[in-house]
Amino acid sequence: MNISVTDNVKESAAAPFDVKTQGNTHILKNFTGTIGKIQVDDPKISTRNVNVYYGEKQAIFDASLDIGRNEVIAMIGPSGCGKSTYLRALNRMNDTIVGCRIEGELTLDGEDIYAKGMDPVLLRARVGMVFQKPNPFPKSIYDNIAYGPRIHGLARNAAEIDEIVETSLKRAGLFEEVKDRLQSPGTGLSGGQQQRLCIARTIAVNPEVILMDEPASALDPIATAVIEELIDELRENYTIAIVTHSMQQAARVSQRTAYFHLGKLIEVGKTSQIFTNPRHELTENYITGKFG
Amino acid sequence: MNNTEIVKRGLARRYAREKRFRLYGRCAVFVGFIFLALLLLDIIVKAMPAFSVTEIRVEVDLDREHLGLPAEGPVTAEMLSGANFNGVIREGLRAAFPEATSRKQKKALYSLVSSGAWFTLSNQVADDPDLIGQQKSLWFRADDDVDTYYKLARRTSRIDDLQAEYIDALDNMDLIRTGFNTALFTNSDSREPEQAGIRGAVLGSFWTLLVTLIVSLPVGVAAAIYLEEFAPQNRLTDFIEININNLAAVPSIVFGLLGLAVFINFFGMPRSAPIVGGLVLSLMTLPTIIIASRASIKSVPPSIKEAALGIGASHMQVVFHHSLPLAMPGILTGSIIGMAQALGETAPLLMIGMVAFIVDVPGGIFDSATVLPVQIYLWSDSPERAFTALTAATILVLLGFLTAMNAIAIYLRRKFERRW
Repeated sequence: MNISVTDNVKESAAAPFDVKTQGNTHILKNFTGTIGKIQVDDPKISTRNVNVYYGEKQAIFDASLDIGRNEVIAMIGPSGCGKSTYLRALNRMNDTIVGCRIEGELTLDGEDIYAKGMDPVLLRARVGMVFQKPNPFPKSIYDNIAYGPRIHGLARNAAEIDEIVETSLKRAGLFEEVKDRLQSPGTGLSGGQQQRLCIARTIAVNPEVILMDEPASALDPIATAVIEELIDELRENYTIAIVTHSMQQAARVSQRTAYFHLGKLIEVGKTSQIFTNPRHELTENYITGKFG
Repeated sequence: MNNTEIVKRGLARRYAREKRFRLYGRCAVFVGFIFLALLLLDIIVKAMPAFSVTEIRVEVDLDREHLGLPAEGPVTAEMLSGANFNGVIREGLRAAFPEATSRKQKKALYSLVSSGAWFTLSNQVADDPDLIGQQKSLWFRADDDVDTYYKLARRTSRIDDLQAEYIDALDNMDLIRTGFNTALFTNSDSREPEQAGIRGAVLGSFWTLLVTLIVSLPVGVAAAIYLEEFAPQNRLTDFIEININNLAAVPSIVFGLLGLAVFINFFGMPRSAPIVGGLVLSLMTLPTIIIASRASIKSVPPSIKEAALGIGASHMQVVFHHSLPLAMPGILTGSIIGMAQALGETAPLLMIGMVAFIVDVPGGIFDSATVLPVQIYLWSDSPERAFTALTAATILVLLGFLTAMNAIAIYLRRKFERRW
């Protein structure tokens, strides 16, 4: 299948020479490796020396990072820094992009994500994804959520699917708003509701990890606040990796933060530390708004 | 001068430009519309006479002796086919005009009625054998020259004075009338315009299109799905794509030659049959369907596919649960437009012998048949004046079918179109 490159990926694939970013490239020349502790105890996902190429162009350079269980990790950085590309490498969404090549060691619970024996369909059932733009199927609210359980055969009968739909909607905090119109089209909801519908659709399959690619960037502040609250609640049951452009959002929802710059993972650390006491000059410049 | 003034100065010119463009657009639409209206008007005016037919009332004596049947016993179909219905009709005509005695007069009299009238009578008797032995007053189709003369208010020259006299006399006795030409829809081709109809051609078109649909729709859609969703992008698929686009532009007669060489000469399929016509038209329609379907599949938003992939749908499930349903309106529209093209195609069918003069209504895809556009071609070539009207009437019927198909295409597109 040839899915055309989405907006996020395009950003990383095209040469991103923002004037402000370019001004900092001399700092990158002396880059010797990620600052901060990349390891965690008993990681859910572990990546080592990940390199991603789009054809000739390299989008990610030697990124190594662990993602802990039931933590929310935020990936921040200027446009085109490779954070979305890194995220999509975790559930092999990049497989569908022609010319995309991935090197390095990526494991989920110790299993190699890119091993021959790893089925991408099964992997994506375990590592779900929420996209930047709300993308509900042009079907009813009910069918949007029931789709995943149906294709995976997670329910034996209609009653079980009803139950999954209800619990998923409740977990996504959408049930009260839509319980009377489950059969109306999902595309008829507001932007924020659509995004929560997409989150409900993702958790209906009961994944272990949820990847979120700027889930609130298309939403207004109130809808964003609802989503952020939801992410915090979801942490109890899921491991969440979230890419965001908003530093406030990263500070609010995440426990750890990773800062990417031009394809390199510059700094990783506890969110509180990154935002109050960044150790790398680039991180500091970004956090303080000198560029970005 | 400040910015506001500069903008203001240019404003009038910008609006004028827009106004001019609107005018050009309206002119273009108007010219197109005028041509269409002229074409339709011409066809409709020419076709009108074909929808009515002149009939002459004749007193026939269906006596066994007159018919040349045995005086006693049951009448078999074989006997009927040999019976002298023509004589009975001529007798009836003579009875109406006892003054016609010379050979010339009789000839003029007999030629008032269609030379196929006896066949109509024979069929009537075959349907209702009780008619034998009765005296009946029946309406028979007039000869096409008489028909044209009578319908067009006596303005043709192919009628001699003697016949004109007879027609006036019939008119005075109320023995001549015009009615709706049912034969146009119930009969097949005939050498006699008053007996000719399009039923054979309509059914021929139906069988041919059926074959085309059965062959080209599944093949075309499957090819489009594979090329768009599964095929690797390399030189081979590029080559295939170029060839498909080329095929769409190949003159249709070339497909006819191919069909003649492959289906008829090599595989030995029957000549003039809808099966061969349908296969040839499939070859022609395939590129249209493939190109339309591919474009339609391509336009499915990638976000929907990613959403499905993201919750673990397999490649196949993404295609069949999401891409295909969303692409369906486009695929259907493309297919119906392809079928409409096939319906109007003439040249390739000439090559495979569907241009033959076929009187029987085809009962299946292996029977000899002709199709509507070929029927138009055949009749437009015939010298009799009445065929002009038949040609136009057939064009109207064909246009009717095309309009219906395109309307269905629009309806389906509206119905299945979903917003996302």
